[in-house]
Amino acid sequence: MSLTTSQITMKYGEKLILDQLNIKIPEGKITVFLGSNGCGKSTLLRSMARLLNPEAGTIVLDGKNIHQMSTKKLAKQLAILPQSPTAPSGLTVLELVKQGRYCYQSFLRQWSKVDEEKVIQALQETHMEEYKDVPIDSLSGGQKQRAWIAMTLAQDTNTILLDEPTTYLDVTHQIEILDLLFELNEKEDRTIIMVLHDINLACRYAHHIVALKDKKVFVEGKPEDVISPEMIQQVFDLKCKVVFDPIFFTPMCIPTGKGRRIERKELNHVIV
Amino acid sequence: MKKMITIQTSNFSFLLSSKTMIVLINLLIIQIILFWLSLSLGKTFDPLTSLKVLLGQGSMKDNLSIIHLRMPRVIIACLIGSALAVSGAILQGMIKNSLASPNVIGISGGASVAAISYITLFPAASIQFLPIVAFVGALINGMIIYFLAWKGGISPIRLVLIGIGMSAVSTAMTTMMIVMGPPHIASKSMTWLTGSIYGASWTQVYIYLPWIIVFLPAAFLLLRSLNVTQLGDDIAIGVGSPLQKQRIIFFIIAVALAGSAVAIGGTIAFVGLMAPHIARKLVGPGFGGVLPTSALIGSIIVMLSDLIGRTAFQPISIPVGVFTSAIGAPFFIYLLLKKTR
Repeated sequence: MSLTTSQITMKYGEKLILDQLNIKIPEGKITVFLGSNGCGKSTLLRSMARLLNPEAGTIVLDGKNIHQMSTKKLAKQLAILPQSPTAPSGLTVLELVKQGRYCYQSFLRQWSKVDEEKVIQALQETHMEEYKDVPIDSLSGGQKQRAWIAMTLAQDTNTILLDEPTTYLDVTHQIEILDLLFELNEKEDRTIIMVLHDINLACRYAHHIVALKDKKVFVEGKPEDVISPEMIQQVFDLKCKVVFDPIFFTPMCIPTGKGRRIERKELNHVIV
Repeated sequence: MKKMITIQTSNFSFLLSSKTMIVLINLLIIQIILFWLSLSLGKTFDPLTSLKVLLGQGSMKDNLSIIHLRMPRVIIACLIGSALAVSGAILQGMIKNSLASPNVIGISGGASVAAISYITLFPAASIQFLPIVAFVGALINGMIIYFLAWKGGISPIRLVLIGIGMSAVSTAMTTMMIVMGPPHIASKSMTWLTGSIYGASWTQVYIYLPWIIVFLPAAFLLLRSLNVTQLGDDIAIGVGSPLQKQRIIFFIIAVALAGSAVAIGGTIAFVGLMAPHIARKLVGPGFGGVLPTSALIGSIIVMLSDLIGRTAFQPISIPVGVFTSAIGAPFFIYLLLKKTR
């Protein structure tokens, strides 16, 4: 199971978005695409899921060009969760998660034992079992996102792509979703590829980071190898200091700039 | 609580919601009662005679009025209603907009132009060919709309807007035909436009039945694809649905169902819009429930409208389309009010 892009070029109309990108996604790892707004990281992710057609170049999964594979066949190997999907009102969690089995079903085989098992497993892994008969539109933001992730899990693929899965979620739910994805990677060796905005969360959860700038890959590698004040300056146009997370020891960016500053002596009673 | 009924063998497997089953059984009972009522109600109300006739025990006179006059009309009402409703449900799912219907998207418009042109330009020609002419009109208009909406793929919103545009063009053309034609033809045209099934005969039933037998089950083959289409293009492709191919098939089936229904019964309004909405209220948004429920509700609406139209203002018979609109228009406004709230 290997996913690579070879010389892919993407355009929106006349505007060039990505210019001859070559990326190899490490197997069984979490990869995060980073970059400033409009750098094309979503476009890259969407093209890797054949939601967009590249202007030139190919995306290759196990030696096969994904744009030449049948969409049903590809769906058994690669699942995508787009940014902020919407479900028709009244649709229940179970009804949604079932749709992930589409690529395995036919008119006569609509609900096999395997379908049932995979759907139940997906609901368990996302801790959504107790909500299975609840309409999606009455769930909280975090639960909604978990329901959608359950749908992509029911698809039973080795690779899962997620476009900003934590957008519009509060910090508790961001961590909840990322923990869930991390667990899926740890326990089941699934390859996870996602777009994230938060550099620090990316450093904490990703094994591999691909930073995009000016239609090209600026740098890629382990967060601890690639994140530096110079890199952040170049990619995000942001001045910052890089320290280490006091708990996880992964890199952490602290933007310099303005803000309230507390004198050290005032903190003496706080620091134990 | 939603209970599910599971059928799993090595070759086929289904999942049915028991709530949907209960709704369907109830609707079926209503439909059967309505069928019986429609056969029984004429100048007099005689449910026993119609029961006798159905069991083959009727007198010659009763057989004539019930089997040869009333029954084909009731069957046509039933079939047209379900075809329009299923067509509407498919269009609403495909376009992901609950305001879509065969009327809005211009399928009925195409049929109208063709039918009225035929009535006006060839007043001497046989009325028997009217359904075929109307169907060809619906098909051509459907093809034009699809062709104009195509831009490297079909975007549902383009399809709707172009459909509405073509619908306006067809209305203009039919109005012009009616105004320019002789007055005695105009009233004939108006009756057809409102939607009526006065002259329904067994011949019409036989002409129409194959369309239903082919395209209604075809619609049911698409259930799962319609379900994933509702989740948005990205998800639909992501879970493995060949979206553009599916859309063409959805469209062909919707045009065939609505076009043939309009060809037989004229432009019966609002059934295609209303029935899927009521169905969703009853069984939720999944198409496994929505399609059969819509079909039954559509047929009930048209049978009921025709029954009222035929009996309420005797001896005048009011076209069935008047009553579907009389119920449909207020419902449509209610929907709009609810949406904007």
